[in-house]
Parts: sequence; structure tokens; C-alpha cells
Amino acid sequence: MATKASRSAARLMMAPAVILLLGWMLVPLIMTLWFSFRVYLPLRGGDQGWAGFSNYTRFVTSSAFWPSIQTTLIIVLGVLAITVIFGILIALLLDQPIWGQGVVRILVIAPFFVMPTVSALVWKNMFMDPVNGLFAHLWRFFGAEPVSWLSDASMPSIIMIVSWQWLPFATLILLTAVQSLDSEQLEAAEMDGAPWIKRFWFIILPHLSRAITIVILIQTIFLLAIFAEIFVTTGGAFGTRTLSYLIFQRVLESQNVGLGSAGGVYAIILANIIAIFLMRIVGKNLD
Amino acid sequence: MARSVTPRRKLLNTTVAWAIGLLIFFPILWTILTSFKSEAEAIAAPPIFLGFDWTLENYRIVMERSDYGRFLWNSIIIAGLSTILGCIIAVPAAWSMAFVPSKRTKDILLWMLSTKMLPAVGVLYPIYLLFIKMGLLDSRAGLVVVLMLINLPIIVWMLYTYFKEIPGEILEAARMDGATLRQELIYVLTPMAIPGIASTLLLNFILAWNEAFWTLNLTAVNAAPLTAFIASYSSPEGLFFAKLSAASTMAIAPILILGWFSQKQLVRGLTFGAVK
Amino acid sequence: MSLKSTLRAATALSLITAGSAFADAHSATITIATVNNGDMIRMQGYTDQFTEATGIAVEWVTLEENVLRQRVTTDITTNGGQFDIMTIGMYETPIWGANDWLVPLDDLSAEYDAGDILPAMAGGLSHDGTLYAAPFYGESSMIMYRTDLMEAAGLEMPAAPSWSFIAKAAREMTDRDNDINGICLRGKAGWGEGGAFITAMSNSFGARWFDEDWNAQFDTREWSDTLNFYKNMMDDSGPSGFATNGFNENLSLFNQGKCGMWIDATVAASFVTGADSTVADSVGFALAPDNGLGKRSNWLWAWALAIPAGTQQVDEAKQFIEWATGTGYIEQVAANEGWANVPPGARTSLYENPNYQAVPFAQMTLDSILSADPTDSTVDPSPYVGIQFAAIPEFAGIATEVSQEFSAAYAGQQSIEEALEKAQAITNEAMEAAGYR
Repeated sequence: MATKASRSAARLMMAPAVILLLGWMLVPLIMTLWFSFRVYLPLRGGDQGWAGFSNYTRFVTSSAFWPSIQTTLIIVLGVLAITVIFGILIALLLDQPIWGQGVVRILVIAPFFVMPTVSALVWKNMFMDPVNGLFAHLWRFFGAEPVSWLSDASMPSIIMIVSWQWLPFATLILLTAVQSLDSEQLEAAEMDGAPWIKRFWFIILPHLSRAITIVILIQTIFLLAIFAEIFVTTGGAFGTRTLSYLIFQRVLESQNVGLGSAGGVYAIILANIIAIFLMRIVGKNLD
Repeated sequence: MARSVTPRRKLLNTTVAWAIGLLIFFPILWTILTSFKSEAEAIAAPPIFLGFDWTLENYRIVMERSDYGRFLWNSIIIAGLSTILGCIIAVPAAWSMAFVPSKRTKDILLWMLSTKMLPAVGVLYPIYLLFIKMGLLDSRAGLVVVLMLINLPIIVWMLYTYFKEIPGEILEAARMDGATLRQELIYVLTPMAIPGIASTLLLNFILAWNEAFWTLNLTAVNAAPLTAFIASYSSPEGLFFAKLSAASTMAIAPILILGWFSQKQLVRGLTFGAVK
Repeated sequence: MSLKSTLRAATALSLITAGSAFADAHSATITIATVNNGDMIRMQGYTDQFTEATGIAVEWVTLEENVLRQRVTTDITTNGGQFDIMTIGMYETPIWGANDWLVPLDDLSAEYDAGDILPAMAGGLSHDGTLYAAPFYGESSMIMYRTDLMEAAGLEMPAAPSWSFIAKAAREMTDRDNDINGICLRGKAGWGEGGAFITAMSNSFGARWFDEDWNAQFDTREWSDTLNFYKNMMDDSGPSGFATNGFNENLSLFNQGKCGMWIDATVAASFVTGADSTVADSVGFALAPDNGLGKRSNWLWAWALAIPAGTQQVDEAKQFIEWATGTGYIEQVAANEGWANVPPGARTSLYENPNYQAVPFAQMTLDSILSADPTDSTVDPSPYVGIQFAAIPEFAGIATEVSQEFSAAYAGQQSIEEALEKAQAITNEAMEAAGYR
């Protein structure tokens, strides 16, 4: 149905966005690639010449590399699991008739508006502080020894903080999906005597699959890059060094831009592997 | 799929829903409460929930120490303009993808999303050097452009999913009546897409407001938004929970209020095409 | 509001702000990046007087320490020119000075009297004998302890105690039922936090970071002794979660009366005896402990103001530095807020002032500063300058990672042997990458 004219008009309309993003992708990418092959040490006078692949081998053979990949994946998967599972449950609950639904919805989505830095600071100091934190008071109230959350349970703590921030997003998208569910179909199933779990498994979940995919895709994009939460809470200690935090340490703390850039290239490769993987699924689900 | 239920069931649902809602909201509530305490009360054991001497002292200190108005204004300008600029660029792109799809449309869309996966820390030096060359350091214009580019993929994608839901027959009818492309865009599509555009604007305003890496690293004085404001209150010497709470409350209050007032629009549009 | 009117309003408003910026342009404005420490915040309150006197307006960029480091380092290495004055420490100054990134402060006015700066501070803030940053305040580290708890334990703190005495006193003072920890020390990861403490402590145990050929020394018995001693003492008498405690956390604990002893920066003395402290009346001071090997475990540090070479406003910046780090400012603070609150540790004349000598921690602070020598900090010879750090560009990165391994060991997530093995590997790896070995 599209005419030739509208096709070229369409191309024209797409051009600004595509060109801008191409620039935004290519310029830093090329600069990163360039730096990754240089010995670039800002504190030793900058560019010191050609490095060959030494930055790449050094980054990947460093004892911190594989643990950082593992940490990244655990955080991403952990947060995804928590937000999707609780997101579905809360969405189903909010879909039920309840008093004050609007207010509850406001309460549930509120964390989404909080800056990552602020939420990390608040959780770290006012809740997880082993002496003055609210959790410590609570633990003592029940006669237990307060937990040093950010050292003894560092990963669960960070996953919890990040999940708190992203749960509203997942809940909202899943809620709109739940609300569009055809209730007749459910009622019919109920009349046929299908138990709750079966109705959930065979009717609700398939209906939500598209929304779940979207949640996973969008959140993964943001979660692969989380930085502020780790910077504020543990500074990468206690096994919480993600790949992007490791790059930060190489670039800014060790002031080795070449090495960090090589890490950046690895991060791009990792992100693209995950992206291709995700998009296979999403692509199927998008049609 | 909402159905009628027995009052007892409704009461149970209500109780559970409120309990969960309050639990999720509690950290924010606690921050707000703490901001009205004295530093000593903020760390009192056992913690005081409401029965403390309410004081505005922390807000006074924060206002005295930092030019809150300037940080706030920068946040509004940077988040606002980057979102508007993003929409201006994204609407035509999303429109053409939705209504004149080619076999590469989906690839382009997914490629756009993949540009978001470039780790920001890895390109800090390249971008910083670039900004120096272009004289954009500590300028609102520079940040507006960067945040616009960061969020552009999300904007395009969100808009694309809305536009796709607009039935094609209406467009064809408009074309039959002799509407030009421009008219079609302005009089037919835009009104139908308003809810979608509104929620896109909102979501991206929130994302731009909360962006804390570039806004912190590319600014000093003139363009520093609230993310930089909060960086001067994290972990100073001495007792600081109450002051930190006051600063945090001031940093998140504007966006929280905006979010609450506009949550209907946000919710209506935040589907990413998840509903079919 | 339509899009058009929004844009118009935004343009109008930005014009207004641009207009006011233009109005300011007649008189100079300098931009200062600084850390959010108490003394710096206090100084910001006095800048109006500087502006009044000189007509130079001051814009502050106040950031938390880690963010500040990240921000100023990026700016100085790329010559970004965002700041006219940067607040930096003893670690950065000689390195940046050697790179010609800082304006030499060798022509300060006669009234300023640069010769009055404590020699230890001036030495640490110089490169090749040229001063590159003026100390706003300086510090060493010392023991702060609760005289009441010490007495209750039936002990008496010597003026220069040994580590074995400290460990014994810590165990005796610990009272878990009343939430009193015998000793609070930094364990938090980060080269300027727990890393600084353990490095300074290791000096007194005869350890060092590098031998004279820049080989890492974490495989030595001295390091393992240091860490084992630290961990045993902290497990027995330290607060729970000490592996995440830094200066700030310990200050808060001490002020709440939860620490018997605390070994940390001498500037903390004015806080623990100040209004925020619940134990202000019963604090004593002593030199940081030693082990009989001739080196004590105190460090030397200064927060100093430096002018990046890229600035256009060198004269204005120098004027500010003279104002902020000169004796006039000290007198002003003393007059308004008492001698205990003046920025300490920077000037000889302050310690000769009888008013300041009456402050309870003045003498101990001076003694601690005087007993620290960055050029000779280790028992065995070492190739680096610095006590709690080695003044080479790679140190901050290496030491942060090493201290993360240590903190994991403090928290019991790995053994001390494992932590030291990893520290050894990390350090040698990084030194190789930097071309030392």
C-alpha cells in the first residue's frame, strides 16, 4: 500500500534519528577502539604509543575478569527474577477489586522516581548500616545479632536495592497486560473446575509472555550498566565488582585508559551477545 | 479481567495490597520522616517513628549550603529539553517505522536499542575530550544532547509501539479524502497518539532526571543538576542521616510529585506494545 | 501550555540567566572543586567576606571525596579547565606537579609567609622543592581514647603506647553487653580509607609495599603479621561490621560512646570533643602505636588547594588561596567559633600561639605530625615517598583493589593468606602493566 513517495518520505523522517544514533554509537566506539590499542596513561603524560593486543590480553587474563562477568550476570538475573516474579504477583493483586486502588498504585510505583544514587545512599545508611540502620534495630529488637549487610550479604543486598528500584516498572507493564486479559476465558476455565494454578499456568502466563519479554529486554539494557548503586554501597568490594565497575576501576582509579578501553570493547561484545540472544526471543514476540 | 468478588475477599485483597504498597513505599517515607528529625533523633535507638520534635533545621542548613534553586532549575531544563528534543526527532522516525515498514525496520529498531548497551564508563575519556574540543563541558546544551541520545532509542521504540496500534484504515480514509502527508501527521495521527506521546515524554523525563553518570562527570557549576547536588551530601564527616534525608527529599520530591500527578498518563502509555 | 510557548518560556528564562551571568562577568568568578569535609563546609560560609574584600566571586563545587577525585582527575589529565582551584591531597600534588599540571606556588606574598607552613606539610605538597598546593589543613593520625573506660579497666595509657598494649587494653575495655567496643579502626575498602590505615600500621610492623626493585612485598611475614594482628584484635574487640567502617562510620560510633579507642586522623579530635559528641568530656589522646621497630603507625596527610595550569585566572585563584590558607582566616574562625575549630596542622605559628596550645589535642597533633616522615616511612628501605601511600600514579588503583581483598578477609569471606596472595598478584600485575618490572 505504501507508495514510492511515501517510502522515500519515510526514509527522510527516519534519517535524523538514525544518523544521530549512528554518530553516538560510532564516534565513541571508534575512539574506544583506538584507545584500546594504545598505551594511554593520563597520569604518565597520556598517549605512549602502540600497544598491540596487550591491553586485550591483560584485561582478560586479570584475576578480576571472570568473577566480574559472573557478578554482572548474577545481578542481572537476580534482579530480573525478583522483579518479574513479584511484578506478576503484585500486578495480579492490584487487578483485583480493592479499596483505594489508586493510592496503592501510587505507593507501588514511587521507587521508580527515586534517583539511583539517592536510593543507594538511603538503603546503605538508613537501612543497612550495621549499627544505626533500621534493619540493625529490627534485628536487635528480636534479639538477633545485626547483620553487616554490605559486607556479609553484599550481593543479595545490591540485588535487593536494584530490585526495589525496578519492581515498579515491571509491575506497571505487567499490570496493563493483566488488565487486558479476557475475563470470560478465565471464568469459563473456573467453571470447568480448573484449579488456580492451572488457570495461572495455561491462561494468565501465556497472555503475559509478551509483557514479560518487554520487561526483561528493557531492564537488561539498564541493568548491564548499573554503576551508581555499586559505587555508593560497596565500591566494588566483597565480590560486587561488575564488568562495568571493573572498567571504571581501570579507567579512573588506575588511570589506565587503554586497558579500560579494551574492557569497554569486551563489555560491548558481552552486551551484544546478550542483545542478540534477547532479540531472538523478542523478535519472535514482537510480531 | 477485574471481576466482582465477595466483600470478605475484597477486604483480604485490600489488606494485602496496602501492606505491600506501604512496604515498598516505606524507604521513601522513612527518608521524608528522617529529614524532619534532629541528627541525634535520626540515629536514636530504638528508632522514633513519629514522636520526635519536628524541625525544618535540616532544610535550612541545606538551603544555606547549596544553591538548591539552581540545581533544580538545571535538572528541569536538562531533563525537559532533552525529552522534548528527543520526541521531535523520534516522532517522525517512529511514524515512518510504524506506517511504512520495510523489511529492515525491526533490525533498525533493535540496533537502536543496542546502542544503549555501550558502557558509559568505558567512553568517559573519549566523550570528555570531545566535549572539551567542542566547548560543551559544563553546558546545559551538551548535557541535553547527551541525555537525548541516551534516551532516543527508548523514545523511538515506545512511540513505534503506539503508532502501530493506530488502525491503518483511518489513515487510508484520510488519504482518500486527499490529506497530504503533513496533514495526515498533524490532524489524524497526532491526536490519536497523544496519550502515547505523553507517557513517552513522562518516562523519558524521569530517566533523564535520574541519570547520574554523565550529569555528574560533564558538569561543574553552570549545568550541574540535582544528581550533583546530592553528591555533596553523601558521607560527609559526623552525623548526617537527617541532612542526607533532607537533601534526598529535595532531590526526589519534584519528580515524585510530577509522577504522582501524572501517573494515569504514565500507566496508560507504559505498555511498550506489551498488550495485544 | 503548547510546545511552542514552553520553548519560548525556556528561551526567555535562559536569556535571563545568561544576562545575569553577563552582569557578573565584570568582576571575576573563580570555580573551586572541594570535598564535603566539615572544615571545607565551614570555609564556604566565610567566602562572602573574601568576595567583599576582593570583588572576586566564588562558585563552589562540593563533592563527596570519591566523586571529587574522579572528577578533578579527569579534568586535570585532559586539561578540561573546569576549575580554577582544586582541593587535592598529598598523594596527588607531587604527581601532578611533576607533570606541570599545577601552577607553582613559589611567588606567594610576603604577608602570607609561606615559610610558616609546617615543613612536613610543605615537603609533602612539593615536587623538586617547589610548592604546588597550599595546605588548608593537615593531619597525622593518633589514638583517641575514653579516659573513663580506660580508668574503669584499671589501665593507664602511655604517651607512646605499643601495639601489644593497645590490643590488651582493647580486650579489657570491650563490653559487648553495653555495646562498647574496645577499639574502632577503619576496615573499609578504598586506598584512602582502610587502605591508608593498614598501610600506616604495616609500617610499624616492618612491612612495606615494594622492595627497591618495585616488587610487591605481600608475600612477606611482616604483612601477614600485620593483618593477623589487626584481624584478631578487631574480631575480639572491634565493632560488628568493621570491614565496612571508614573514618565517618567510626567517628559516629565514637561520638555515640561505642568505642573505647579509635586510631584515626588527628582532625577528628575536634569532632570527638565537639558539640556532636556524647563523650566530649572524657577523651584522651596518645601517639599512634609502634612495635619497637622504630616506626610508628601514624600517617601524614593534607587537604590542600592547588591551581590547575589550564586556568585563565591564576591571580584571582592565588588571592583566594592566600586568603583561605593564611593566618587571617584562622584568626577569624577562632574569634567566631573558638580555637578548637580552626583548621589544624598547616602552620607553625598556630602551634606557637598560646591560645591554641590550650586546646587539649593541639600538642598531640603536632607531635604526631612531627613524628611522620614521608621520605623515610618503612623499616626496610623502599623506593617510594609517602607513608600511607606510595606517591606513584598507579598506587590509588592498586591500593583500592588490594584493600578490597583485605576487607573481604576482615569480613571472613577469605583467609588472610588468600587475601595476601591476591594482593601480591594484583600489585605485580599492575606494576608490570605500568612498566615498572
